[in-house]
Amino acid sequence: IILSQSEDTQQQIIRETFHLVSKRDENVCNFLEGGLLIGGSDNKLIYRHYATLYFVFCVDSSESELGILDLIQVFVETLDKCFENVCELDLIFHVDKVHNILAEMVMGGMVLETNMNEIVTQIDAQNKLEKSEAGLAGAPARAVSAVKNMNLPEIPRNINIGDISIKVPNLPSFK
Amino acid sequence: MALKMVKGSIDRMFDKNLQDLVRGIRNHKEDEAKYISQCIDEIKQELKQDNIAVKANAVCKLTYLQMLGYDISWAAFNIIEVMSASKFTFKRIGYLAASQCFHEGTDVIMLTTNQIRKDLSSPSQYDTGVALTGLSCFVTPDLARDLANDIMTLMSHTKPYIRKKAVLIMYKVFLKYPESLRPAFPRLKEKLEDPDPGVQSAAVNVICELARRNPKNYLSLAPLFFKLMTSSTNNWVLIKIIKLFGALTPLEPRLGKKLIEPLTNLIHSTSAMSLLYECVNTVIAVLISLSSGMPNHSASIQLCVQKLRILIEDSDQNLKYLGLLAMSKILRTHPKSVQAHKDLVLQCLDDKDESIRLRALDLLYGMVSKKNLVEIVKKLMSHVDKAEGTTYRDELLTKIIDICSQCNYQHITNFQWYISVLVELTRLEGTRHGHLIAAQMLDVAIRVKAIRKFAVSQMSALLDSAHLVASSTQRNGICEVLYAAAWICGEFSEHLQEPHQTLEAMLRPKVTTLPGHIQAVYVQNVVKLYASILQQKEQAAEPEAAQDVTQLMVDRLPQFVQSADLEVQERASCILQLVKHIQKLQAKDVPVAEEVSALFAGELNPVAPKAQKKVPVPEGLDLDAWINEPPSDSESEDEKPKAIFHEEEPRPAKPRQLEADEEELARRREARKQEQANNPFYIKSSPSPQKRYQDMPGVEHIPVVQIDLSVPLKVPGMPVSDQYVKLEEERRHRQRLEKDRKKKKKKDKEKKGKPRRHSSLHTESDEDIAPAQQVDIVTEEMPENALPSDEDDKDPNDPYRALDIDLDKPLADSEKLPVQKHRNTDTSKSPEKEDVPVVEKKVRKPKKKEKKHREKGREKREKGKEQKEKSSKRKKKQHKKEKEERSKDKKKSKKKKPPSDEAAEPVENGALDEDPLPPMSSYCLLAENSYIKMTYDIQGSLQKDSQVTVSVVLENQSSSFLKSMELNVLDSLNTKLARPEGSSVHDGVPVPFQLPPGISNEAQFVFTIQSIVMAQKLKGTLSFIAKNDEGSTHEKLDFKLHFSCTSYLVTTPCYSDAFAKLLESGDLSMSSIKVDGISMSFQNLLAKICFHHHFSVVERVDSCASMYSRSIQGHHVCLLVKKGEKSVSVDGKCSDSTLLSNVLEEMRATLAKC
Repeated sequence: IILSQSEDTQQQIIRETFHLVSKRDENVCNFLEGGLLIGGSDNKLIYRHYATLYFVFCVDSSESELGILDLIQVFVETLDKCFENVCELDLIFHVDKVHNILAEMVMGGMVLETNMNEIVTQIDAQNKLEKSEAGLAGAPARAVSAVKNMNLPEIPRNINIGDISIKVPNLPSFK
Repeated sequence: MALKMVKGSIDRMFDKNLQDLVRGIRNHKEDEAKYISQCIDEIKQELKQDNIAVKANAVCKLTYLQMLGYDISWAAFNIIEVMSASKFTFKRIGYLAASQCFHEGTDVIMLTTNQIRKDLSSPSQYDTGVALTGLSCFVTPDLARDLANDIMTLMSHTKPYIRKKAVLIMYKVFLKYPESLRPAFPRLKEKLEDPDPGVQSAAVNVICELARRNPKNYLSLAPLFFKLMTSSTNNWVLIKIIKLFGALTPLEPRLGKKLIEPLTNLIHSTSAMSLLYECVNTVIAVLISLSSGMPNHSASIQLCVQKLRILIEDSDQNLKYLGLLAMSKILRTHPKSVQAHKDLVLQCLDDKDESIRLRALDLLYGMVSKKNLVEIVKKLMSHVDKAEGTTYRDELLTKIIDICSQCNYQHITNFQWYISVLVELTRLEGTRHGHLIAAQMLDVAIRVKAIRKFAVSQMSALLDSAHLVASSTQRNGICEVLYAAAWICGEFSEHLQEPHQTLEAMLRPKVTTLPGHIQAVYVQNVVKLYASILQQKEQAAEPEAAQDVTQLMVDRLPQFVQSADLEVQERASCILQLVKHIQKLQAKDVPVAEEVSALFAGELNPVAPKAQKKVPVPEGLDLDAWINEPPSDSESEDEKPKAIFHEEEPRPAKPRQLEADEEELARRREARKQEQANNPFYIKSSPSPQKRYQDMPGVEHIPVVQIDLSVPLKVPGMPVSDQYVKLEEERRHRQRLEKDRKKKKKKDKEKKGKPRRHSSLHTESDEDIAPAQQVDIVTEEMPENALPSDEDDKDPNDPYRALDIDLDKPLADSEKLPVQKHRNTDTSKSPEKEDVPVVEKKVRKPKKKEKKHREKGREKREKGKEQKEKSSKRKKKQHKKEKEERSKDKKKSKKKKPPSDEAAEPVENGALDEDPLPPMSSYCLLAENSYIKMTYDIQGSLQKDSQVTVSVVLENQSSSFLKSMELNVLDSLNTKLARPEGSSVHDGVPVPFQLPPGISNEAQFVFTIQSIVMAQKLKGTLSFIAKNDEGSTHEKLDFKLHFSCTSYLVTTPCYSDAFAKLLESGDLSMSSIKVDGISMSFQNLLAKICFHHHFSVVERVDSCASMYSRSIQGHHVCLLVKKGEKSVSVDGKCSDSTLLSNVLEEMRATLAKC
């Protein structure tokens, strides 16, 4: 559902979701009843909170709530493996990679794979393919990019949380 | 070349990449928008370059911007370019961008079909994978239809990675293209037992999604799933299967019985909470479906409830939440077993987590009984006071009302208490549910007669404190209750103790700050009050007091007359005039009270919400028919052509009705009452003693203030419901004592079956609490012969309904996915004769004209399979192709055309397939026998004014070789077959080809025609020699060639100004038809008219279109097509009236099939 909506609606969903999720206490349950915005009462927001990051999934009643919590855990662990000790900045600067990892787990709103090893294998294989394609021609660009990264003034510690919840529209409801 | 590449990559170093963009945005916090627009400009530059790497980088950045909420649909074409890059790196970027921003409305999406097909068949599994992932996000009906077969092939790919993606995406394909479900299902089923767990899981996933929507079609899979459930160790798969069983059991109780045991085992054995929870859920579903019949299921219920209690008591909030959720499911069928855990639920109400509180509230709804209602509501009320945040408070408020009002106020024993709860709720500030409270007040006051007196006293107090309430001006705010209060006080004014005071309260200047609709009610009810006061005063012989009241009205009403709200203003000025008139009469000492009260005589009864719908339509009444000629829909530019079709009569402006004096009003009132009495569908008022002023002796109508001791004297502030709680408790106590006494008596005197006082709604199982008031809940009225309709809640737009397909039926030959057999690079479009300009492709139907345009070129097919191919759709395409080729180059096509045998298949078959789309083939069956089938089409051309060409497709249906075919017709005076020079009228025209078995070809014959205004038929014969191994025989086939008037029309474009001139010229005769029962969209309808009747659309506005065509002899035919609710009317003008009426009749036949 969410995918087919306009950019404005997507942003609104993200804002409201973030608003809802971020003000929740640490020790409350991780489910939120669906509002109209996310497609009615059949849908739920299920989230997990890791340090400054919220991972929010919007699912319908065909998914098991606890199963999705597990899935989020798998997602985060996979990110951790792929980025080697993932931190928020990895996610912010490599949104495309996050997407690619997610695409191996969730496809068109349906859960594709829950086995972490399998996911990591596929991602690694794709990365290898990418590297081989870049070959020599890609080397200078990579070098420049590395230099640019070194010159980063000071990596800000406090992250604009608004950036974080951008993950929501990438997780269309599980239709 | 290499140098260029290196140079390119050096250039690239200085382009921003995604990381630079992100960094840049973070460094430009203050002027983010400006920075981004600058970036977008850069990206636009980059997209213009030829280097695909640069483009990909740009698209990658765009994807990020899209996530920030920027519209990037303008770059859709560039995204497709990047998608088609040969390198996986870029391809992935392209597909990611596409999956983020493409949707069904993206028009370039149709360009991707071939690219995606190429990627799907790519040797690299990751190319295929990325294409599948992307496609899953933006698949459209068109893409689904075109690619379904390719994806189905991938389901058997050697790599499990591809298999699982292909299996999963099939669900999306089914959704968009339901026809694919049956052909693909066997393979999907096969995948349930795939050796790879990922593929298996995907198949389970898809089938569970499908079964969730239409479970009954998947019952036959139950044994297979049962096997999986007992063998699988993958929790994810198990959960899915168990969920699926939950959906299946309600349909098949036997399945449930079988399930109980393995599920209980799982519950006992599993350590995974998620699995345990789903098991419990399914057991509950099973038990619900078994609720009758199985004797020993209480053990299972107990097990579930126990497990759930453990969940709810767990410190993990998630488990608590889910426990409550599952509990509410049990509650529906086994409320008793849940009610035992009321303590737990009430405890959850105090939880700090809102989600949990909401769940607990849901549970409460089912737990209330007469005994504990008051207690529970009291608890909720205290929560209302404490609650922070209006959402939760509003939720509480609605829940309180829901709980109390459920099942026709079944649990309420004391309505005084309920009213006071409602009044207390009005103290909530900032709620958005004022209208809910108001509705309850009205409902209770109307339906519980005994409570009216109390209600009125409370309402008048509310009105008195209006300044408190009115402080909130929010829409739907709490001031809504004043709406109810004003109405109740007005309608039941005879119960008012101090009507004068209430009247003054309602006429305060402050009232004008209220929303318009409330003021309107105020104005109306002020008069009711006024009427009752008037009557009171006159009966008490206090004419001066009566005049004072009138004066008050005259003084105060003008403030409403000035209102900006039309309703208020109109009512107020009406009433002001009325009151002024009364004032005059009063001055002459004329008694007026009775007549004024007559305005409001009669009582309103509650009517069931669906009553109106259930009134049966009397026989012979067509609700869709126009009563008057329909007015033209639009007033703007296209007024002109319409004005010609309808001579609009100037309507005399209605003289505005002057305010009727009260006698007039009374007279009308009487008349209306008479009318209502004769009208079987009007809810008649039951005689109410208070209202029948005519029959009442005057004295009884004087309200005597009675002091009812059970009701505490009204405190000027708000009543506190607690008082009623206490009173209620005392009352119950008394009752109990009394009952005990009775019991004793009973014991003494033997049973004497004393019927206790029961309201109709009380059942024996209720705790024996008699209600305080004689609860006389007026049941809602229904029309006498209400139609039983359970279709009320079906949603016709449910996208999943299309997937309600029987899967157990064996596959028919016709059910095949469209196959792209052989791709032709030549996709150039040839000009199409029937150019249909109006078909848009937004409609969610699988087949569209544009679509066909694109595909025609690619559809050359092999012979072998074609013979089996019978799907109507294929046929249509085939016909199109046929036609296209014919128009391209006839001779060439005759020689080169691959032998295609099915063009000649009857179109009639297509209609049987229940295809929702207009069969866009103008070929129709001419004749058929075991050897040959003939279909034909007739076209005229504007160049030759008296000739038409009949194209006959001949299909050899036999195993014989057909040759020496000759076609002959019996000429009429009007229509003659053009024969080769030198032949006589009795000679046939040879068909210039021979037909091997299974082949079809097309021959064309020219006919000359004199008059074209009438349709006509010609008898004819096709003779041929059929030759096979056993020898040759001479055969013939008779036919009747039908020349419809339509076939003399030639699609001719016309501009709207020329069209208007034509109509204005005045020498066209007019005629019209109307066809009912049309469900097809206007779009398709027009397309159909264009196609079958050779018209072109001149202009289209909403559901109205003007169309034009020209006959081969130059007659102009103009149409105005209008679509109503379910009908279509066609007005036509033509230079020949006979031609017009014939064309219209033919059109009627076409439309009738829509």
